[in-house]
Amino acid sequence: MPDRLEQGFRKLKSRADFWSLRHVEETREQFAVRQDIVEPPAFSTDRGAMLTAVCGGGHGYCATSDTSDAGLQAALDRATAWAEATRAISICAYDPQRMPVPRGERIESARRTPSADALYDLLAGVCRDARIDERIVERYAALALRTVDQVHLTSTGGAVHQRFHSVVPQAHVTANAGTVTQTRSFLNAKQGGLEHIEDCGFSACGAHLAQEALQLLLAPNCPAGRMAVLLMPDQMMLQIHESIGHPLELDRILGDERNYAGTSFVTPDMFGRYQYGSPLLNVTFDPSLPGELAGYAFDDDGTPAEKVWLIRNGVLERPLGAHLSQLRAGLPGTANARASGWNRPPIDRMANLNTEPGGSTLAQMIGSIERGVLMRTNVSWSIDDSRNKFQFGCEWGVLIEDGELKGVVKNPNYRGVSATFWRSLSAVGNADTFEVHGTLYCGKGEPNQAIDVGHASPPCVFRDVEVFGGVEG
Amino acid sequence: MKTAFFVLADALAREVHEHETLLCAFAGERSDFVRFNRARVRQPGSVEQRMVTLRLVRERRQASATLAIAGNGDDLAQARSALARLREALTRLQEDPWLMIAETPRSTESVRRGTLPPAEDVAQQVTARAANCDLVGIYAAGSVYRGFANSRGQKNWHECDTFNLDWSLHLDTDRAVKARYAGFDWDSRAFEERLEAATVELARLAIPRRTIEPGEYRAYLSPCALEELIAMMSWGGFSARARATRQSPLLRMMHGATLSPLVTLTENTLDGIAPGFQDEGFIKPVAVPLVASGNLAEALVSPRSAKEYGLTPNGAESGESPESLDMAPGNLPAADALAALDTGLYIDNLWYLNYSDRPAGRITGMTRFATFRVERGQIVAPVTAMRFDDALYRMLGESLVDLTRERELLLDASTYEARSTRSMRLPGALLGALKFTL
Repeated sequence: MPDRLEQGFRKLKSRADFWSLRHVEETREQFAVRQDIVEPPAFSTDRGAMLTAVCGGGHGYCATSDTSDAGLQAALDRATAWAEATRAISICAYDPQRMPVPRGERIESARRTPSADALYDLLAGVCRDARIDERIVERYAALALRTVDQVHLTSTGGAVHQRFHSVVPQAHVTANAGTVTQTRSFLNAKQGGLEHIEDCGFSACGAHLAQEALQLLLAPNCPAGRMAVLLMPDQMMLQIHESIGHPLELDRILGDERNYAGTSFVTPDMFGRYQYGSPLLNVTFDPSLPGELAGYAFDDDGTPAEKVWLIRNGVLERPLGAHLSQLRAGLPGTANARASGWNRPPIDRMANLNTEPGGSTLAQMIGSIERGVLMRTNVSWSIDDSRNKFQFGCEWGVLIEDGELKGVVKNPNYRGVSATFWRSLSAVGNADTFEVHGTLYCGKGEPNQAIDVGHASPPCVFRDVEVFGGVEG
Repeated sequence: MKTAFFVLADALAREVHEHETLLCAFAGERSDFVRFNRARVRQPGSVEQRMVTLRLVRERRQASATLAIAGNGDDLAQARSALARLREALTRLQEDPWLMIAETPRSTESVRRGTLPPAEDVAQQVTARAANCDLVGIYAAGSVYRGFANSRGQKNWHECDTFNLDWSLHLDTDRAVKARYAGFDWDSRAFEERLEAATVELARLAIPRRTIEPGEYRAYLSPCALEELIAMMSWGGFSARARATRQSPLLRMMHGATLSPLVTLTENTLDGIAPGFQDEGFIKPVAVPLVASGNLAEALVSPRSAKEYGLTPNGAESGESPESLDMAPGNLPAADALAALDTGLYIDNLWYLNYSDRPAGRITGMTRFATFRVERGQIVAPVTAMRFDDALYRMLGESLVDLTRERELLLDASTYEARSTRSMRLPGALLGALKFTL
């Protein structure tokens, strides 16, 4: 526990019934090579604290980058003033006796990182390997290294210290011929260090992406019609995120997000009985899966985090709702109060949201499809504000006919309705096909917050889906 | 914030070594955020933040460091430490062939003061006036600061007070109207008038909704709905780099396709609220034509793209997207929009747009909030949320019947990481056909 911070916090004075501090220091290093030219490296250190006060049933916050004793005291005074000014018009009465009093830590040891020379050699290699044809018009490889150090202190003696490291290797290669442009990309964001970069296949992705982008240039458009789709794990990430994760966020169900991110087709009476998907569908909130991007021991309200089943055998069990939302809704939930940084308050978020493995091999899934399309790597996403009518597109498609892969198709898109789509789930890949992915930019909240989330899944087959391609000609 | 930033920048400039150039960019704000749900306060709070980005250049090499600073005496030591790290990083870099920095110092200052009441008072007013409504949304207000200084003596400062009450009124789960009240001087009466107008519009949603079948419909897009389409165009459509690498959604315009002659789009820095300089100190022209009478015009060129592609920079940030976009008006009086629509859909808001075929400019998205079925110039029923999927070249090309004479200045309510300084000034658009798919 950083002693100076805790000493400073323990000296703060307030007339509030309860107060807390959440201090976040996030450091980033961004390295990139584009078109074989080293991009200027960018380093950042974002550091600040949010003071929260509960007073007479009201609640307020103030965030500041001035973490001196005087700065923290001024922020606490402002937070207290907010709590007092709004206690009569607050959406709920905050009970200081029911605020979490967390104690513990999760400190990830220092990660192995490559030397600067090795890192640039890696990025230059990815970029250079993609230079295989004059139709390749852009080649980009980047690596971001991030460390987040969080301290949470409460006036009731709570004290939590957590530190996480993550790495984000990414690349894209774009090919063009006339009015046809196709891109293939690589993104594999995880917690950890050098070992992840070595394991994820990043170093070899340059030529592979370029070859696939060129294949797409010459490929026919994805056919249109109702057919099966085989969604690979990097597209399942998006499918889970948009049409399971967001609709299960309890703050949306409670109406907080109706002006911005939207509401949900899920209502409180559905928990415990609603058939969300076919019996093959099992979805968990799992902050403990090693390497997954949004693992933690405590959420930003101080609730201890553990694996929880949200959907079991297709039946909806519980929402993604943190401590406060659980109290407001009278429902069980998860430890998912998360803030994007020190300057935004925690709200209900996804963290690691996963589809549990089933029993099929990839070959069995392909073999089971009479006519359909395998889709990989999301490129387009759109869904209504109730999280029901969606339309998603992928970079890469492969036509499947009579149980065999037949050829690459470009611009594969599909659309459906969440409430019925998951019931068409007909096969779930086994543990050997299970992959861990993550995305950096889940947007939500007022004020807005973009946060990282982890999604792990096997490939899955869905029957009788509306599929279509791009513009002809 | 201004004094503290320039004192820090001056102190760092005195420590610059021979052959070094230091660029300092500043982004700060003092903001109040009050979040509402059911006309009650959900989360009230304040944020004060200061971010400085140091870019060190030496012998055609460059690296940058962004720091959250406290605004006190600790800042200089933190910045010195960052500077030392940048010096060390430069030793490992090769010359950057795409480095371009502003060679001639041009100092500027713009300050726009507003009249903002204490945010606690606004919270009380909103909850009191909307007590009988289901109001959801956010009030974001305060001062936004941007600065630039370099070791060659250039100094730029931009300061602006704004408020943005972005809210919606809800009848039930799926029926709501969207409203926005934003500007520089809070006027209680103006807020109450907008609340009253939204309440009247909400009442129109009380009648039974119609579900329309997929197909093509004549449609009127309000300025707010059109804002979503133009925002999608702005995602790479005007970027010099996206054009050069053939990733622009306006790729077909580079091959001769055109939009309607009614479409003229301009980056109009003069009339927006964004600063007149960018993070590396380049001054923005007052206007950059992007689409002229349906034809592709200039691109937004960042200094880096200028060097890479042999172009002239025009003050664009590295993302090369518009910040103060202005669309020329048309000939349709807004009051005649329903009559001109005749029979079709009146769409107040679009939502969650994305490209379903980017190089072809095809976009999908949803209707949201108030969308009405109109017959013979009269609103007859609200309609359920529908998905459209159509090409820009149709929507703003062959299908565009007219634009309204009147335009609205729409201040961006976005608050990701910081309060946005983007804006658009847009008319409404009457489309002869819009393709709905789900």
